[in-house]
Amino acid sequence: MSTFLPSQVRSDIPLLRREVHERPIVYLDTAATALTPSIVIESMQRYYETYHSNVHRAVYVTAAEATEAYENARIAIGRFIGAPHPADELIFTHGTTESFNLLAKSWGLANLTSSDVVVLTEMEHHANLVPWFQLREEIGFEIRFIKVTDDFRLDLSNLDELLRGAKLLSVTGMSNVLGTINPIAELAAAAHAVGALIAIDGAQSVAHGATNVAELDIDFLAFGAHKMLGPTGIGALWVRRSILDSMPPFLGGGGMIADVSLNGFSAAAGVAKYEAGTPPIAEAIGFHAATHYLDSLCMEDIATYEQQLTASLLDQLATQFPERIRVIGPTTMEKRGGVVSFDVEGVHPHDVAQVLDQFGVCIRPGHHCAKPLMKRFSLTATARASFGPYSNESDIETLMTALDDAVRLFG
Amino acid sequence: MSNLEDLYREIILDHYRNPRNRGELVTPPAHKAEGFNPLCGDEITVYLQVENGSLVDIKIAGHGCSISQSSASLMTAAVKGKPLETVQGTIDTFKQLMTVHESSLDTEVEPEPVDLRALGELAALQGVVKFPVRIKCAVLAWNTLTQGLNDLP
Repeated sequence: MSTFLPSQVRSDIPLLRREVHERPIVYLDTAATALTPSIVIESMQRYYETYHSNVHRAVYVTAAEATEAYENARIAIGRFIGAPHPADELIFTHGTTESFNLLAKSWGLANLTSSDVVVLTEMEHHANLVPWFQLREEIGFEIRFIKVTDDFRLDLSNLDELLRGAKLLSVTGMSNVLGTINPIAELAAAAHAVGALIAIDGAQSVAHGATNVAELDIDFLAFGAHKMLGPTGIGALWVRRSILDSMPPFLGGGGMIADVSLNGFSAAAGVAKYEAGTPPIAEAIGFHAATHYLDSLCMEDIATYEQQLTASLLDQLATQFPERIRVIGPTTMEKRGGVVSFDVEGVHPHDVAQVLDQFGVCIRPGHHCAKPLMKRFSLTATARASFGPYSNESDIETLMTALDDAVRLFG
Repeated sequence: MSNLEDLYREIILDHYRNPRNRGELVTPPAHKAEGFNPLCGDEITVYLQVENGSLVDIKIAGHGCSISQSSASLMTAAVKGKPLETVQGTIDTFKQLMTVHESSLDTEVEPEPVDLRALGELAALQGVVKFPVRIKCAVLAWNTLTQGLNDLP
């Protein structure tokens, strides 16, 4: 049962009470990082104040509590994405980027050879490009790219050809620049049909819609807490259980071993194998609280609400600035989320963002860590506004007023 | 409170809309240096023609925000045709202007006063120091020019 009320969510977020330049903050940069509700902050504070201990092995009360909270977080976050065996499949990392590095350095190094093929797309974030480039330098496989069409969708017309001989398809669930939501179940079926595995960059998609790894039938899912109202510094890589056990360890150190002697080591079993060192315990607890909070709002309702806001923004941009502002992303709401990149003719995105800041409006200018995608559309940067469950029509109204000012200033 | 008018002075907007000395020079005989701002993707190429110890011609190619573009344009207007020592002096004075903000945060150190008259139109860029994240935009062309001068044979 959903209890989603945007006004309630707003009052749950302390930062939204802040003023900048003597105006209420208008936060439209959720695609970069989502704001944190009090309940998440308090969960971490409770850990530090009442049971701050390291996890695993110790027998005293607070250590047992910390271990239980950490492992419960794993199970809850796993369930949040529909993991069939959450305790054995969800690896905590420091974020989506580290999740991809783990995937490349562990699964990739063990499974790819110079004659193999990895398929990526032109709309990927650097986090799902650079680790593969680094690995290619090491072992020399082929990387192919699914192109992006002029209407900002993946060009699947030659998918069979691209996937021929591929071992992995790694693709974003939702573009952090375009807002495009990709057809994951369809891509998973196509990958599996040729014997390839599929990895999803869920940094945006997990935060803005319901995700079920079992229903999508995917093999890997990378995502991060701070895009989904949780703390920075923690993310996860979900790995299908049948694959996870065959992967070698990633980082070495404490926590990831079964045994160590002066002759060498043997790795721990299960997810522990991939978690060297003291994990981000408070952050795991905060991550759990964030997924619990999102669950209470209902991801489907959040997605519907953010799509309404997106439709409204697209409509207002088209009405108020038909000649001046070009949206870099789909202009219809089909398979589209609440990330709106745009180009203001004659005004560089940095200048747009600078003027907007004076109105308390937080948007992001730049390449959004997707330089190949920028190049695809002959751009070096865009201005990007993005929504969260706490966004509202008033935010859009202020954004439009501020954009009007930017356009006037630059003439 | 920082004021947008301090940043976007009319001179700056004019140089952004109508950049001076835009284009390319044939290399060789001219030299070129490329600068990037990896954070925002701004790219700039500075072409230099040096003859008898003077910067006889300079051209700018690339793209970026109003601050980086106008700073590049103002820079070319200030240094074109000048002896290299004068060019270096202008670079030093401009860099000094851009670091006033940082040093003024440190109460121990009195910032050296910058001779704004010596900077002419360039003084219009002094408002940038009130917007610290934009300083890197303003200095991109200057760092690229410095690199180009250092690379001269």
